[in-house]
Formats: sequence, C-alpha cells, structure tokens
Amino acid sequence: MDRLATYVGVFLAFARNSLIRDMTFRTNFVIETFSSITWMVMNLGFYALVYNYTSNIEGWSKHQFFVFIATTMFVNSLVQTFFMPNMEELSELVRTGGLDFALLKPIDAQFLVSLQRVNWSSMGNFFVALGLLAFALPRIEGLELSWTRCLLYAFFVLCGVLLLYSVMIALAATSIWLGRNQSLYDFWFYITNFSRYPREIYGGSVAGDSLRLVFTFVVPVLVVINVPAGIMAKPLDADNSGRQLAGFALVATLASLALGRWVFHRALRSYRSASS
Amino acid sequence: MAASRLDAPPPRDAFGTLAAALQTWWTVLRICLAERLVYRGDFALGTLMRFLPIVTQVFLWTAVYKASGQRLIGGYDNREMVAYYLLTMVARAFSSMPGLASGIARQVREGEIKKFLIQPVDLLGFLLAARVAHKLVYYAVAIGPFALAFYLCRDYFPGWPPPAALAAFALSLALGFALGFFLEASMGLAAFWFLEVSSLLFVYMLFNFFCSGHMFPLDILPDWARTLVDCLPLKYFAYFPAAVFLGKVHGAELARGLAMQAAWLAAFVVVSRLLLNAGYRRYSGYGG
Repeated sequence: MDRLATYVGVFLAFARNSLIRDMTFRTNFVIETFSSITWMVMNLGFYALVYNYTSNIEGWSKHQFFVFIATTMFVNSLVQTFFMPNMEELSELVRTGGLDFALLKPIDAQFLVSLQRVNWSSMGNFFVALGLLAFALPRIEGLELSWTRCLLYAFFVLCGVLLLYSVMIALAATSIWLGRNQSLYDFWFYITNFSRYPREIYGGSVAGDSLRLVFTFVVPVLVVINVPAGIMAKPLDADNSGRQLAGFALVATLASLALGRWVFHRALRSYRSASS
Repeated sequence: MAASRLDAPPPRDAFGTLAAALQTWWTVLRICLAERLVYRGDFALGTLMRFLPIVTQVFLWTAVYKASGQRLIGGYDNREMVAYYLLTMVARAFSSMPGLASGIARQVREGEIKKFLIQPVDLLGFLLAARVAHKLVYYAVAIGPFALAFYLCRDYFPGWPPPAALAAFALSLALGFALGFFLEASMGLAAFWFLEVSSLLFVYMLFNFFCSGHMFPLDILPDWARTLVDCLPLKYFAYFPAAVFLGKVHGAELARGLAMQAAWLAAFVVVSRLLLNAGYRRYSGYGG
C-alpha cells in the first residue's frame, strides 16, 4: 500500500511538472492542441463525405462509425498524452546514456521511463471525443445506454491504451539493442494504422482474412478500438462473438503487458551505457 | 609575358559566368548525391512501408463500394479509386519537400544563413540543386518499391492513358515538383519574421494532406468545398496529376489546369524571391 502511494505521488509530481512546463510555452500548447484537433476533424470530415455515398460500411452506420472514431480519439489521446513522448525519449536516453540515471533511481525503471513526461496538449482530442460521443450516441437507432455499457466501454478503452503501450515499449526497448531506431518507430505508426478501421472491412478475401488474423492474434492491435467501439455502438445481444472478442481483448491486454515488460527487462540486460 | 597573363583578370563574359554557375550547380549536386546515398537501405524500406496505409484504404473503399451498391463514387469506380491512391503516391514523390521549410527556418534561427550572404551562392539556387539531387537519389532507390507496388496492383489500372495525357501527367509532375519547392521555400522564409515556424508548418501539412487530394479524390467533395479547394494551389500536389493520368481531366479543362499550375509556380517563384530579399534586409546576424 505504501509502495502504491509512493508511485501515485511520484506520478502526480511528473504530471504537475509537465503541466508547468507546458504552461511555460502557452502559445505552443494552444497551437499543438489546435492542430491535433484539426487533424481529427479532417478525419471526421472524410468519413462524413464517404457516408454521403452510402448508409453503412460493413454494418457500421454513420453514427455508429462516429462512435468508432470517438473511440479512436480517446485511445490515441491517452496514449499520446501519457506514453508517446516517453517512448520517443527512451531511444534518446539509450543513445545518450541518460538511461543510467533512470536505472539508478530507487523506483521501477519501466515506470520511470514510461511516465516521466505527460504531454498535456494531446488531451484536447479527449474532450473533442466526448463531444463527438454525445453527438453520435443519441442518433443511433434503438440504442439504449446503461451504466454497464458505459463502464465496460471505459474499461476496454483503458485495455486498448495499455495494449498499445505494451506494443510501444516492446518496440522502443529494441533501441537498446540497436542503439537507435527510427524506422521501427515509423513501423509502429503503420501497424496501428490497421487498428483504426472496423475489423469487418478486412473480411472476404484471403489477404484480408490473413491480415485480420495476424492483427487480432499475433499483434492484437485490431481489438484496441474495435472492442470498446462495438460495446458502445452495437446492440449487446447481437451475437456471442462480440463477447468472445471482448474476453480475448482482456486476455490479450494482460499478455501484452507481461510480454512488454519481459522484453523491456530482457533488453535492459544488454544495455551498455553510452557515456560512462 | 607569363606574368602579365597571370595578372590579367579572368574573362567575365556571359559564357564564363554561365559555365561557373553550372560548375557550382554540378558540385552541389554531386555533394548531395553522395550524402543521400549513404542511407539508401533505410530509404528503400521506408518507401515500401509508405504503401501500407494504402492497403487499408483498399479494404475501406471496397467495403464502401459494396455497401453503397453504386458503381461510381464521385465518378470513380472501385478500381480507379485504388489506382487514384497509388498515383497520388507518385505525385507526392515529386511535390513533397520533406525538411525544406524547416531547414530554412533552422538556418535563419541559428544564423547559418549568414554564409549565403558572404558566399557567391544563391540560397534558393543552392537549395534547388540540393533538392534535385535529393529527388534523383530518391527516385533511383524508390523506383524498386514503387515498381513492386504498382506491379502487384496492376489490375486496378484501366491501362496506359493516351500519349497526350501521359505527357500532361509528366508535365504536371515536373511543375508539381517546382511548385512544391517554391511554395515550401516561401513558408520557410517566413522564419525571417517569426523565427519559430514549426507549428505553422504542421498546420500547413495537415491542410495539405486534406486539400491536395492525398486523403481522397477531390471529386467526392460537395460543390461549395470543391470550389474552395480549386482556388488553392494545393491540389496540384496530388489530385491533379492523378486525375490527369486516370483521364478525369481532359481537353480545355486540362489545358486550363496546367496553365493555372504554371501561373501558381510563377507566383511563388516571385514570392520566394521577394521574401528572401526582404528577409536579408531584415536579418541581423551576431557572432561567428
């Protein structure tokens, strides 16, 4: 319990310091918030355009799909706020030898390198997503909101964030072996690109089915958005496969967290300090 | 006799000046070629990965066409839509100028720009030569991944366009390169006034992605938005060449489009030169 209190306290200090830092460069903060919101609004505009030509895409109506996009925004904004800047930093820490200082501190190294910087400006999209959800949900026909649904949704959004984080730390940890990795980081971007679409669209061809299989069971990024969005936007009693997928998402999250931690520690054993 | 010849000033006729300028260009080009080829492996891999998002677009649009029950969306059938995305990749390979504007801004901020004030080298000319070299290397390496991707996707193409359309396509790509260069250079030169332009550039990049037609063919826009986008030079970076290749723009409309593109290019050549001169007058460099 004491340990937990320590960790929470340390994290709050990180969050506070990052906020102070962000507020020092206030114009920059506003512009960053504005541009990440612009990006999502453009995405939304694109899908609004597409839905001018069709009333549904593989069983997702326009407003159901807006819930899907809102889910993407929730997950992405949380990942970008809490983990992304730190994972980018990790590669730099390895290259410059700054990781020494993280390893010497009397606190879990993974915790320290994963959370020491909070990028508050990325939270802008979180609130836009709330607005989008409030707009889209009442417009989905025959959808009833319940507390269970909302809690499950929040829970699986969190699972999605943790799952993406695990993939990230595993990739970032490879920079300990490689000295530096820039293209692997791009690789992460392109992999998660697959997660931003309903998994139904990959059905119906050999290539599509194999993509779906790989990104569900090997690198399970396809459940990150699909599971919470399905819980929120689709009728609950539709069929059993949704429930099975949600169960799988939970298992996948736990497994990814364990695997991410294992890879990180395994990589640390090969760490040769760059500076000393 | 010999001494007097040595003392004589070098010939400064027009031909000599031109030869000297060409010599400078050639040297710059060679330096940049060598510099760029160092990272060719990374280049090839990066280029191939850039096709990955198209994979998801193929699936998305296939699902959209299936659900809509229509054969044409915005005048494109399913296969043309995929071909469009592939062609915008080619157009972007010409028009996108990674690091150009931010590089100029950095040089202004850190004072490196001083060297262009004292050396007999024109900043824009130097950067243009460097960019040509950059692109040449890029094509030399990227042709592999591009050929592979286009070969795998050959069924999506309706066939080769007629020679005239192909020539117009090539011309619009070349103009797209020059327009991209001078537009982005102008953005970078804004650093003489603002110093920190990275957020401005980011916003520009977002709008570029949306309005150039990189994200979707501009034909699916509603009329009012289309009219707005048509007033911008951005559509020549992705949409226009791709639409020309697919035969969506032809006849008088094609001629008008190319003329507009050339006019935009001329405008930004002038703008960038004015900005550079005004910027030099404004600039004050300290220290070494």
